[in-house]
Amino acid sequence: MSRIVSLLTGCVLATVWCQGASLVHQAPPSAANMRNPLEANERTLRAGAKLYARECAACHGENREGRRKVPPLNQAEIYQSRPGALFWALRNGSLHTGMPSFAHLPEPQRWQIITWLRHVDGSAAEDRAKTEKRKTEWSPK
Amino acid sequence: MTGNPSQRALHIARGGAWLILLAAATGLNAAEGPFFITYTHQMEEPRNLEIATKNVTGKPGDGNRFLGSVTELEYGATAWWTTELYLDGQATRNESALFTGYRWENRFRVLPREHWINPVLYVEFENINGANKGLLEVVGHDGTDDLTAPNADSRYEKKREVEAKLILSSHFKGWTIAENFIAEKNVRHAPYEFGYAAGVSRPLALSASPDRCDLCLENFQAGVEVYGGLGTHEGFGLHETSHYVAPTLAWTLANGTTFKVSPGFGVTEQSARFLLRFGVSYEIAQFGRAARSLFRGGRP
Repeated sequence: MSRIVSLLTGCVLATVWCQGASLVHQAPPSAANMRNPLEANERTLRAGAKLYARECAACHGENREGRRKVPPLNQAEIYQSRPGALFWALRNGSLHTGMPSFAHLPEPQRWQIITWLRHVDGSAAEDRAKTEKRKTEWSPK
Repeated sequence: MTGNPSQRALHIARGGAWLILLAAATGLNAAEGPFFITYTHQMEEPRNLEIATKNVTGKPGDGNRFLGSVTELEYGATAWWTTELYLDGQATRNESALFTGYRWENRFRVLPREHWINPVLYVEFENINGANKGLLEVVGHDGTDDLTAPNADSRYEKKREVEAKLILSSHFKGWTIAENFIAEKNVRHAPYEFGYAAGVSRPLALSASPDRCDLCLENFQAGVEVYGGLGTHEGFGLHETSHYVAPTLAWTLANGTTFKVSPGFGVTEQSARFLLRFGVSYEIAQFGRAARSLFRGGRP
């Protein structure tokens, strides 16, 4: 009997842990390995920004800052994630966290959002790194 | 207000359309497929409220031309539960205009992940009368006889019905493919009535253009839907049932307002020869949060 109880407890804890893990990290390897077919050119980025404002900003904030239970998207987790994992998250959503599925958006539009999200944050991260590097180089010894 | 009842109804319909347009002018997001009858597995986003009107006009056989109008309030309760309230009314030329009842609809997403085919369960309670001409579904042996009965008589027929649907749908390479199986029963008496709806649609462009625009191809969705009755549990099949084929077109403005139009063609003797559907919808993003904030004195 105690074995059954501990097994059930284990299952419940495992389920809670899985649901608590970031949605992007739940993407199976086959999905995470998908390649982004779009280049990060100006046209794609502007389209991605437009789609973000229309589809995502109401929950995640205009500057991707997040709101209460809605996670921010201006984090390293996003621009360091594999594009395929982000695509998987956008396609499936999460009934548990309330993130809706965006499977109704055509695939090219989902890739446009992801390209923009990764580029904006990636560029920002590079800029920050360069600034830090410059500060270190110029700081008085 | 002056004029006969059908003129009054037209004034009311125009007023309603202007109210919707006025609300749309405040600007927020909306996105919906082009279908009027067929449901897909796309749920309303949590805490979003969509306000829509769906109208249908036609002239059934020797009957008078009518305008059936439905106002729809759709709210995303959770990511897996969407609930809707419909308020129905109609106006018939040379007869009258009247409120014909309400419907409360709930849709439940069954599977947590996206699959090739995605099921959604639909349960609806209808409290309408026999004069209802919203035509949100066709079941059993529904046909022109139901549309030609005089309002003065049909309004006294009570219809308290429970309707269930199995919604199956898929998104594939930009195409949306949906099939609905419908079962409906009056809560007081037999029969069980059955029906179906199916549709295919696609945006005119799959990629978004870089600029905010009203006339970009991606803002248009075209499709076709077919729907009709499948008889009752005593006489299941296509015999003496009505069926329609209806091309559909939706146009979403940059501010999120969506206009839809769909000419429907009856393909059996029981069907009305031609039905024109048109509607407008508008989505208020995060309505639930805004309402909660209002009642908490502005705190989020």
